[in-house]
Amino acid sequence: MFRIVKKRELAENVDEFIIEAPLIAQKAKPGQFVIIRVSAKGERIPLTIADKDPEAGTITLMVQRVGKSTYHLSCFDEGNSIRDVVGPLGKPTHIENWGHVVAVGGGLGLAPIHHIAQGVKEVGNELTVIMGFRRKELIFWEDRMELLADRVIVTTNDGSYGMKGLVTDALKNLLDSGTKIDMVICAGPVPMMKAVADLTRNYGVPTVASLNPIMVDGTGMCGACRVTVGGEVKFACVDGPEFDAHQVDFDELMNRLRMFREKEEEAMREFQRKHCGCYRG
Amino acid sequence: MAKREIIKERVLVPERKPEERVKDFKEVKLGYTPQLAMEEAKRCLQCPHSPCVKACPVNVPIPQFIKLIEEGKFVEAARKIKEENILPSVCGRVCPQEIQCEGACVVGKVGDPVAIGALEAFAGDHEASVGYEKIVITEKRNRKVAIVGSGPAGIACAADLIKMGYEVTIFEALHEPGGVLVYGIPEFRLPNEIVERELSFLKEMGAKIELNFIVGKTKTVYELLEEFDAVFIGSGAGLPYMLNIEGLNLNGVYSANEFLTRVLLMGAYRFPEMDTPVFTGKRLAVIGGGNTAMDVARTALRLKEVEEVMVIYRRSKEEMPARVEEVRHAEEEGVIFKTLTNPVRFLGENGWIKGIECVKMELGEPDESGRRKPIPIPGSEFVLEVDSVVMAIGQGPNPVVVDGVKEIKRGKKGEIIVDPETLMTDLPGVFAGGDVIRGGSTVIVAMGDGRKAAKGIHEYLSRKQ
Ligand SMILES: Cc1cc2nc3c(=O)[nH]c(=O)nc-3n(C[C@H](O)[C@H](O)[C@H](O)COP(=O)(O)OP(=O)(O)OC[C@H]3O[C@@H](n4cnc5c(N)ncnc54)[C@H](O)[C@@H]3O)c2cc1C
Ligand SMILES: Cc1cc2nc3c(=O)[nH]c(=O)nc-3n(C[C@H](O)[C@H](O)[C@H](O)COP(=O)(O)OP(=O)(O)OC[C@H]3O[C@@H](n4cnc5c(N)ncnc54)[C@H](O)[C@@H]3O)c2cc1C
Ligand code: SF4
Ligand code: SF4
Ligand code: FES
Repeated sequence: MFRIVKKRELAENVDEFIIEAPLIAQKAKPGQFVIIRVSAKGERIPLTIADKDPEAGTITLMVQRVGKSTYHLSCFDEGNSIRDVVGPLGKPTHIENWGHVVAVGGGLGLAPIHHIAQGVKEVGNELTVIMGFRRKELIFWEDRMELLADRVIVTTNDGSYGMKGLVTDALKNLLDSGTKIDMVICAGPVPMMKAVADLTRNYGVPTVASLNPIMVDGTGMCGACRVTVGGEVKFACVDGPEFDAHQVDFDELMNRLRMFREKEEEAMREFQRKHCGCYRG
Repeated sequence: MAKREIIKERVLVPERKPEERVKDFKEVKLGYTPQLAMEEAKRCLQCPHSPCVKACPVNVPIPQFIKLIEEGKFVEAARKIKEENILPSVCGRVCPQEIQCEGACVVGKVGDPVAIGALEAFAGDHEASVGYEKIVITEKRNRKVAIVGSGPAGIACAADLIKMGYEVTIFEALHEPGGVLVYGIPEFRLPNEIVERELSFLKEMGAKIELNFIVGKTKTVYELLEEFDAVFIGSGAGLPYMLNIEGLNLNGVYSANEFLTRVLLMGAYRFPEMDTPVFTGKRLAVIGGGNTAMDVARTALRLKEVEEVMVIYRRSKEEMPARVEEVRHAEEEGVIFKTLTNPVRFLGENGWIKGIECVKMELGEPDESGRRKPIPIPGSEFVLEVDSVVMAIGQGPNPVVVDGVKEIKRGKKGEIIVDPETLMTDLPGVFAGGDVIRGGSTVIVAMGDGRKAAKGIHEYLSRKQ
């Protein structure tokens, strides 16, 4: 059992959990994730290790409520325990001193971006973070990014905060302004990552994307997480989750993410029927 | 002993009717009653040379235990088996007896071989029902061994080491222990409670089991070596092979591992009570002809949504590597066999699988494995309409456990290379056995490896004093 040390709501529908997991906290590197199971009947779901504190023996997870498991998790409070947490999984981010790195995160993509940004700064890169949200109420962790990065650009689709537009608009401005960019790392919704990849491809800037396919075991055992990269089939949980964004078949990833859509909706309806009001939804 | 008359026909093990059993996941075989078991035991000729014993990978003292059953000494019979095989209830159910013990049985030359497996399962179940013998550990050694993986290899290795007085901790990657016994072999063949019962006995004997612990990730083999005096790797063969054909990543295309893990380990057959879903549609095809393929097919038949299940296999039924009983059960339950058929590509529509283009095959000359090689018949392509497909074409060892451990050598299929006598790898103190050194085998062979490694570990640590 893994105790929740701290929990708070970061933004609309997004919770931050600090969880006691000493072994994982010691090992976790940027880019890695855990798989959790909320209860004995629960599904195994992957969540990025957004931060860690090896001394305290804790890891930080950021969770967006999108369906049954994530809503169920949001019912948990400080002092409660999560049944299963396993990790750290996936390959750590490949980090070098490239020069100027631009990290682009959309919504929950900020979980990987935060940990990766820490790693990128540690080896001496200059770092720009572009973080995008639909609107002001959804923004979180701007303060943390400010502490880490040399420059932070916030975009909102409706212009209610920061720059109006998409992360790709901000990235394009940067690219066009003649600023030298040596590496782009992106994480977030698949259409966003696809748009980033399409943009940087034109500018010839190397780009890495942190992919989020459906997973089960997270150890290379089942193949549920397979993605096509450069025409080859890869298992994102062991070969990734980060890949050369210019080589990823994003359309296929998007399609595979809807494989269980009908069932997920059914599970959510069941959940709402049984747990009226114990979560904030 | 007076010469016995050969009774050609075996006492059949009562089974549930196909139309009834396909509705649930409860065990298909009901098992012998004491009377039936004693009657079947009478068929054993107590052969002095006992070819059956030689054909059992761990040399279970077969005539001896059968004699005890005949005499009504069921508990003693189970303990006799346990001298060589600690999981009689498991092996009696899942061993491919027809090519092992029963395949060599003398009675089999003129009639049905003695039902060694069923008798073994009976003895094991009987002993469990009256309670296991308490194992007294006489000598404590104060030395610690780490076991990676809680499948049959790990269980057998742990049990022997504990009996020898070692402190044993089992590290398991998944949230439940048991390996393929729980996430692969379905409950209608091997009820989970049998595996749970064995694992709780192991814990009573003193084994610690750490779940959610991936060796190679949570801690490395090197780190385990700092804390433990020796390590046994029994991490199995958890890397699915996939057909690299067009349409592989369409929705509705699964590996057997994913399908079985979702339905059995995660309980998708009880969705939405259980959270994990599985998508099948009405028509599901399984590709392959082994035990795994039969398990997938029969598991699929038991899902509410599924109306039709096909097994696609490129050779003929005679060449199928699955246990004969499994093929029979699958047929009785209504699985359709499309043999001498090979998939060429998966056809999709809007990202979902809709059909499999197949080609008809014929059998040519025998290949290296001695089986006749299937050859495609040109122009015989046709399309099978399906809503989902599961590939059960084999698996290899998962590399995670030894990732970055240079000293441990691996073969072509990724199997860990060990000394055949001691099962030690090239990294002193680290041993391996089961599917991880073989790429895939059987429960009993994996258990045999576990025991051999326990011996190897004991000798190694005794020398190291
Ligand atoms: C490597 C990785 C890291 C991730 N990190 C985070 C994170 O830090 N924070 C966060 O909020 N989310 C993260 N996700 C996504 C998160 O796993 C899904 O949102 C979650 O599984 C949804 O489960 P649910 O039951 O709440 O919703 P459901 O209703 O089951 O699903 C909603 C949608 O989530 C996706 N999904 C469903 N099941 C899975 C699964 N088992 N694995 C992956 N995706 C699934 C599907 O697209 C689905 O349509 C990550 C995913 C991956 C692969
Ligand atoms: C569907 C199916 C049906 C089968 N039917 C039969 C049958 O009828 N009869 C028969 O004799 N054989 C059968 N087999 C084969 C048999 O199950 C295997 O040969 C046997 O289970 C191998 O045992 P093992 O202990 O080596 O590995 P496994 O049973 O695979 O156990 C390995 C364990 O190690 C864990 N693990 C893996 N990596 C790590 C890690 N890095 N850290 C920690 N833990 C790890 C795994 O999660 C797993 O629990 C079948 C196999 C399958 C897949
Ligand atoms: S362990 Fe398996 S092969 Fe050996 S006697 Fe028992 S059933 Fe037969
Ligand atoms: S070969 Fe058959 S008859 Fe002979 S001892 Fe073995 S089980 Fe009995
Ligand atoms: S999640 Fe099973 S192989 Fe990646």
